[in-house]
Amino acid sequence: MAHSAAAADAAPIATTGLPESRDARALHRRVFIGIAVMLVVLPFVLYPVFLMKVLCFALFALAFNLLLGYGGLLSFGHAAYFGMASYLCAYAAKTWGVTPEIAVVIGTVTAALLGLVFGALAIRRQGIYFSMITLALAQMVFFFSLQAKFTGGEDGIQAVPRGHLFGVISLADDRVLYVLVAVIFFAGLALIYRIIHSPFGQVLKAIRDNEPRAISLGYRANQYKLAVFVLSATLAGLAGSTKAIVFQLASLTDVHWSMSGEVVLMTLVGGMGTVFGPILGAFVIIAMENYLAQFGAWVTIIQGVVFVVCVLLFREGIVGLFARLLKKPL
Amino acid sequence: MLTRLLLATALGALAAGTALAQTPVKIGVLNDRSGVYADLSGEGSVVAARMAVEDFKAADKGLKVEIVSADHQNKPDVGASLARQWYDRDGVDAIFDVPTSSVALAVAQVSREKNKAFIDSGAGTADLTGPQCAPTTVHWTYDTVALANGTGSAMVKRGGDTWYFLTADYAFGQALQRDTTAVVTKNGGKVVGSVKTPFPTSDFSSFLLQAQASKAKVIGLANAGGDTINAIKQAAEFGITEGGQALAGLLIFSSDVHALTPKVAQGLVFTEPFYWDLNDGTRAFSDRFAKLSGGKKPTAVQAGVYASVLHYLKAVEALKESGDGTKVVAKMKELPTDDPLFGKGTIRPDGRKIHDMYLFEVKKPGESKNPWDLYKTLATIPAAEAFRPLNEGNCPLVAKN
Amino acid sequence: MITILGVPMQALFGQLLLGLINGSFYAILSLGLAIIFGLLNIINFTHGAQYMMGAFVAWMLLNYAGLGYWWALILAPIIVGLFGVILERLLIARLYKLDHLYGLLLTFGLALIIQGLFRNEYGVSGLPYAIPSELSGGQRLPFMFLPNYRGWVVVASLVVCIATWLVIEKTKLGAYLRAATENPTLVQAFGVNVPLLLTLTYGFGVALAAFAGVLAAPVYSVNPNMGADIIIVVFAVVVIGGMGSILGSIVTGFTLGLIEGLTKVFYPEASSTVIFVIMVLVLLVKPAGLFGRTA
Repeated sequence: MAHSAAAADAAPIATTGLPESRDARALHRRVFIGIAVMLVVLPFVLYPVFLMKVLCFALFALAFNLLLGYGGLLSFGHAAYFGMASYLCAYAAKTWGVTPEIAVVIGTVTAALLGLVFGALAIRRQGIYFSMITLALAQMVFFFSLQAKFTGGEDGIQAVPRGHLFGVISLADDRVLYVLVAVIFFAGLALIYRIIHSPFGQVLKAIRDNEPRAISLGYRANQYKLAVFVLSATLAGLAGSTKAIVFQLASLTDVHWSMSGEVVLMTLVGGMGTVFGPILGAFVIIAMENYLAQFGAWVTIIQGVVFVVCVLLFREGIVGLFARLLKKPL
Repeated sequence: MLTRLLLATALGALAAGTALAQTPVKIGVLNDRSGVYADLSGEGSVVAARMAVEDFKAADKGLKVEIVSADHQNKPDVGASLARQWYDRDGVDAIFDVPTSSVALAVAQVSREKNKAFIDSGAGTADLTGPQCAPTTVHWTYDTVALANGTGSAMVKRGGDTWYFLTADYAFGQALQRDTTAVVTKNGGKVVGSVKTPFPTSDFSSFLLQAQASKAKVIGLANAGGDTINAIKQAAEFGITEGGQALAGLLIFSSDVHALTPKVAQGLVFTEPFYWDLNDGTRAFSDRFAKLSGGKKPTAVQAGVYASVLHYLKAVEALKESGDGTKVVAKMKELPTDDPLFGKGTIRPDGRKIHDMYLFEVKKPGESKNPWDLYKTLATIPAAEAFRPLNEGNCPLVAKN
Repeated sequence: MITILGVPMQALFGQLLLGLINGSFYAILSLGLAIIFGLLNIINFTHGAQYMMGAFVAWMLLNYAGLGYWWALILAPIIVGLFGVILERLLIARLYKLDHLYGLLLTFGLALIIQGLFRNEYGVSGLPYAIPSELSGGQRLPFMFLPNYRGWVVVASLVVCIATWLVIEKTKLGAYLRAATENPTLVQAFGVNVPLLLTLTYGFGVALAAFAGVLAAPVYSVNPNMGADIIIVVFAVVVIGGMGSILGSIVTGFTLGLIEGLTKVFYPEASSTVIFVIMVLVLLVKPAGLFGRTA
């Protein structure tokens, strides 16, 4: 029943909570191979630019899910790291003329630093307050981006050169760029998988499930939370920077709070707290945005319906559902 | 060997087929269907494009025209990826409309890269024909510099020589203020002050009070969309125009004024390139348009889509091909423009379409006979004076010449 | 003339008054949110859309039924409130046992749907809604011109806020409400129909949003997106006041209106950010908000 103290005994965010067995590891290995195969095959079937967009958002959603699904922290302001990184990367590539990999690094580092500052402020509070602080901080980033000179206001930063990777390989061809984006995505995914299954990840899960107990066991919960926050912001920044190179632009859309909402939607649809869910969620949402574009105003309505249906019927998301059917965590 | 033979036959048949058939042209109308510019462009622009194809009698002239449309949701990445997909996958030859500056600039970039024609009607940024101009871009209807120019100079000439700005605090608003200030001072007027309003703002009362206290004769609204509507609505509430100050809109369209109604917007002065009730040509078009779009009269942006599609098809007809964007746009620049909505005009080397602009004032409720009877024309700004001079835009295409 | 930091005293009074008027909107909206959160534990993201619906229903009553502003002020909150009741029964009631997060996500999705439907039907340019003739014109105060309508907004919202507060603090129904907020199981055991109480509370909170929407219709642009931006600010107000604190939300609403008004004079660019800055500062010093109980 609903009362203010209910938060503690309310059902936690839907995670499968299934035990991690050797069996599951084998399954994960197969899923990884499956993803790798898809990365190679799909560009021959689907439009590469569309795929690159999906990969950028999938990485963004994975980063977000690291914080939500494994840190138990719902950030409602993740657009700040995604968007700010995208701005800095675009600016570096365009104005300073650095090579794309340096630009991506600059963007990612920006997101990491921003994450460090915002994280330090936000993790001092819990639950809904945490969400609200992240939202407020992201709003400030939005207003900063709107007014700062270098972001180009409403026009955004346009005509960002894709440039030459390491100063050698031209990225002008979509297929070449696709390879780079796929590699970044896969590396990001592997890193996140590593983090989740490392001792660090185990402690995180312990804190998520029962913070006082974790503290009494001698873990400094806040340091763990800050670390996962920064990691999540950094990876979101990596996704944002990559997107800036792919689309050759950075704009206010990426720092707006509706972007923060969109990444929540992706994670929710795919399955919160599942390793692979956000990838599928990103695919579904971006495909909707892309292929429903001809239906005009119905896009947001359909998104809304997906939200409602997911919350009411599919709380575990698509991958969460599979995981339950397979009785193995995914 | 057999396959090669088959392939050759197939290719031959294909080539013969195209030679016999009409030249296929596929145009894409890419705009906002769900956000703040949906009424300004939206479905109406698609209707206008269809009317242009119909009026051009494309089929009789050997052109087979197909129109596709999509919603860019005001997101530059969505716009850019749709444009790429249209060009790469769907065989679209030209993209029209595209409101929202950030999306327009992104699509211009993609079009240039893919060498396809991009004819913008909905976006305001003058950068499209300035630093970011391209041999594949035409900017048809208006730009913010032209609006600032028209309203600024015409108001000063009519005695509005002291100005106070309500400026939306981002690049767009600041550019509007900067451009208008330049025109106002050039014409002997003076800017007595300005206030930067956060974007978006729903409550302007505080800023209007500051503007009122400035005693400036003209209050310039360097903002757009919902901000402008809120500012005008609240200015009426605070009796700004009754107090003798004039409101000058720097970016406002007939769909906005219609929504505000003359009762609230009366006395507002602004520049637009088109109004449905200008002459017989515009009236005839607008009546037909209204029948197809639930009684709505076309906005300047929708009129621009109509006129630009018409002119584009003329160029394609002359060239007998539509695939090479640079060639088509060069042809468009070469041919003089002539249509019932904007009259005779030209397209400059930087891609700027040149036509007359008009200074309008919103009628008083007593003067307005029906909900769409909105404007009276105060002045015509001749095409030659209306737009930013060719050499001031920093367009690389011009520098080369 | 006396000046403060270069701003004439009189102008300052004017700005403070305007701030108070804006604060009225914040107060009513945050009051609704606070009541809903306090009792239902739901972060009602649909609040902005319901505020918008209030304004639209007022417009519809005028254009389809010929009923003017005063009727709208009574009918629109009832109509939108009933809509809220239906939403609560059909959808929101299913989420009480779950994490806050799900309520937030569900209402976020509902807001997208409602705003999208209105956009499809009425476009985005906005609809005209005139100030009622009884309240047009204004008073020439020594320091400013005060439109009558703005004066009415402050009075109306103060009355509504105080009345709501009195009902919750001083009546038996209010006592049930407060008790149910503390311990619903116990209240249920005493024979009070708690689910009904929850439904009515949600309906009432939504009605407050619609009331604010009707108040806003004559002065703000009546368009489907009108609630989308204000909702974020109102969230901040509720968080600063202390989630679920009735008095906190009212006082904070008016106070932040004043602070925002002052910012508009001294540093206008920051006037939309100032509330978020205050929110972060408050949460760092007083985690449960100014009036909230520390958990």
